[in-house]
Amino acid sequence: MNEQPKSDRPTTRRTFLRNGARIAAMTGLGALAGVVANRSTAEGWVWQIDPQKCLRCGNCATKCVLEQSAVKCVHAFAMCGYCNLCTGYFEPEPNALTTAAENQLCPTGAIQRSFIEDPYYEYKIDEQLCIGCAKCVEGCSRFGNGSLFLQIRHDRCVHCNECAIARTCPGDAFRRVPASQPYLLKTTHAH
Amino acid sequence: MLATLALLTFSSLAEPRFPPPDFSETNHQLPITTTPAARAEWLQYLDVAVLAGCLGVAVWLIHKHRSRRGVFWLSLCSLAYFGFWRKGCICAIGAPQNIILGLCEAGYTVPLTVIAFFALPLIVALFAGRAFCAGVCPHGALQDLLIIKPLKVPAWLEHALGILPFIFLGFGLAFAATGTGFPICRYDPIVPIFRLNGPGLLIALAALTLLLGMFVGRPYCRFLCPYGALLKLAALASKWRVRVTPDVCTQCQLCANACPFGAMREPSPGTIAPKLLTPERRRLGWLVLLVPALIVGGAWLGGRLAVPVSRLNPTVELAERYLAQQKSPVNYGVMTPETLALQRAEHDPEALLKSAADLQQRFRRACLAFGGWVGLVLGVKLVSLSLRTLRTDFEPDRGACFACARCFRSCPQELVRIGQLPASELPSSASIATPVKA
Repeated sequence: MNEQPKSDRPTTRRTFLRNGARIAAMTGLGALAGVVANRSTAEGWVWQIDPQKCLRCGNCATKCVLEQSAVKCVHAFAMCGYCNLCTGYFEPEPNALTTAAENQLCPTGAIQRSFIEDPYYEYKIDEQLCIGCAKCVEGCSRFGNGSLFLQIRHDRCVHCNECAIARTCPGDAFRRVPASQPYLLKTTHAH
Repeated sequence: MLATLALLTFSSLAEPRFPPPDFSETNHQLPITTTPAARAEWLQYLDVAVLAGCLGVAVWLIHKHRSRRGVFWLSLCSLAYFGFWRKGCICAIGAPQNIILGLCEAGYTVPLTVIAFFALPLIVALFAGRAFCAGVCPHGALQDLLIIKPLKVPAWLEHALGILPFIFLGFGLAFAATGTGFPICRYDPIVPIFRLNGPGLLIALAALTLLLGMFVGRPYCRFLCPYGALLKLAALASKWRVRVTPDVCTQCQLCANACPFGAMREPSPGTIAPKLLTPERRRLGWLVLLVPALIVGGAWLGGRLAVPVSRLNPTVELAERYLAQQKSPVNYGVMTPETLALQRAEHDPEALLKSAADLQQRFRRACLAFGGWVGLVLGVKLVSLSLRTLRTDFEPDRGACFACARCFRSCPQELVRIGQLPASELPSSASIATPVKA
C-alpha cells in the first residue's frame, strides 16, 4: 500500500494535498446538498397538462420522447352532452351521422361511439389507438361541452427529467404536479 | 344545425352548451374516467436503497474481494434495475442539472432522492474511486458488455477528447441554470435503448455509440459523460486507490494490455537531465500564467454569445418573435403552435417581455460562467500535460480508472495470491521482483 500513510512513514506532500482536497470536496458537497435539501421535498413530482391552458395545437402527438405519445385524450363523462352530432367525433361536414371512417375526425379511429338511448350516444377513447393529436379536443371544446381533453397518462409516461413536450407547448400548459395527485381533470366547462 | 353550433361558440358560457342527460329511460351508469396512478412513492426510496447497496457491494468487490466476475454480475444487476426496469430515469448523470436548477430557481423543488443520487456516488468516489462507473451505472454496464476488440486510442486524441466531458458538464449546467432545459438528459445516447423507444435521430445516435463501443472501450463514459467528469475529479482525491498488484509490481506490463480504457500509466523514466529541466519549468510557468488569460478570454467570448444563445429558451424566443411580429407580421397559418403561442403572447405582452428580460440577464451570467469554465478546463489541461508524475510501478490513473477490475487477474502476483500460479512460475521473478518496491 504505497499511497497510504503508515505510522512509520511521514505524510508525503502529495498525500497531504489529496487529504486536503478530499476534505474540501466533502465540505463543499455537504454544503451544496444542505442548501438544496433545504428547499426540496421528499415528495416526487410528475408532469401534467393543465386542460384549461391547453391550446390543442397538436404538439403532444409529435414531441413526446416516446414513439407513441404518453399524452392521451380522456373523457370527463359527467360533462358530456352525449350529443348525436358530436363535434369531437364527426368531421365538420359529415356525410351521415354514422361510424363510417370518412365521417370521423379522429385520424386513428380511437373514439368508440355507442347508442345509449334516444337521442344520446356515448363516446369512449381507446387509448391503444389514441395518439394525443387533440383534433377531437379542439372539436369538443370549440363547439361542445369541452368534456374531451388531453392528459399525460402516468402508466405510459417515462417521467423525463424535463418533459420534451413542455418545452414546445405554445400554451405553457405543462407543469409539475405532486405525484400523489398526478391528474388535472376537467370538472367544469370554461373557455 | 351547424349554424346554431357556430352561434353557440360566440356565447362564452360557464355552464355546458348541451346539458348532460340524466338517462331516466335506461338508467345508464356513466363510465368513470380512469386515472392510472404515477409510480408509488415508496419505490423512490427503493431506488436510493438499491443505489447505496450497489455502491457498497461495488466497493467491497473492487477493494476487498478483488473480483472481476463479481463486478460483472453486479453491473448486470444494475443494468437490469436502473437501465431496463427504471428506463434510465432516475440517474446520477442528469442529477447535477436538477441541483443547479434548484439553486438558481426559487420555484423549483429538487426531490430528496435526486440529491441522494447526485451525492452518494461522489462521496464513494472521494474514498474508493469510481466504483459507481464500475458496477452501478447502467450506461457503463451496457457499454462494458459490448467491448469486443478495444483499440488503443492515441494519447493526443485521448487527451483532446478527454476535455469534452468537462465542457459538456459546463454546458448542461449553464443550460439548466437558466431553466432552458436539461441537455444532458435530452441528448443522452444510451437511454433510448433502455426505453426501447425514442426519436429516430437519438436511436441512430444510440446505435452509433454502441457500435463505436465495440472497438473503443466505453466511448460515452470517457469522452462525453458529464457526471463522469465530476467523478474523475473526486477520484483524483480518493483515499484508497484501485491497485492492480496485491503486493509488488514486477513491471511485466500485462495489466497495461488488459485495460480496454487506456487508464494504465507506465512507470516514469528515471530522473531527467537538468539541461531539459529549465526549459520545461519555464514552459510550465508560462502555462500557469496563461490560465487566467484563458478564463478571461472564455468569459468574454461567452458574454458575447449570451444574446444569440438565449434564443434557445422558448420564452425568450417567443418574446423576440412577438416583437418581430409587431414590426412585420408573418402568417404562420391557422391553429399552428406558432400562431397559438403568439396569441398567448398578445394576451399579456408585458409579463412575457419582463420574464424574457430576466431570462436574458440569467443567460448573460450563465454564458460568462460557461466561457470562463471552458477557459479553465483548457488551461488546467495544458498545465497538467506539462507536469511530470513520478511513478515507480504500473498504476491505474486515479481519475481515468473505471475500477472495472479487469486488470487484477492479468497480474501474475495476483494469480500467486489467489493460488492459481505457484510462486516459482513467476516470469523472471528472480531478477525484478524485489528492487521495484518504493
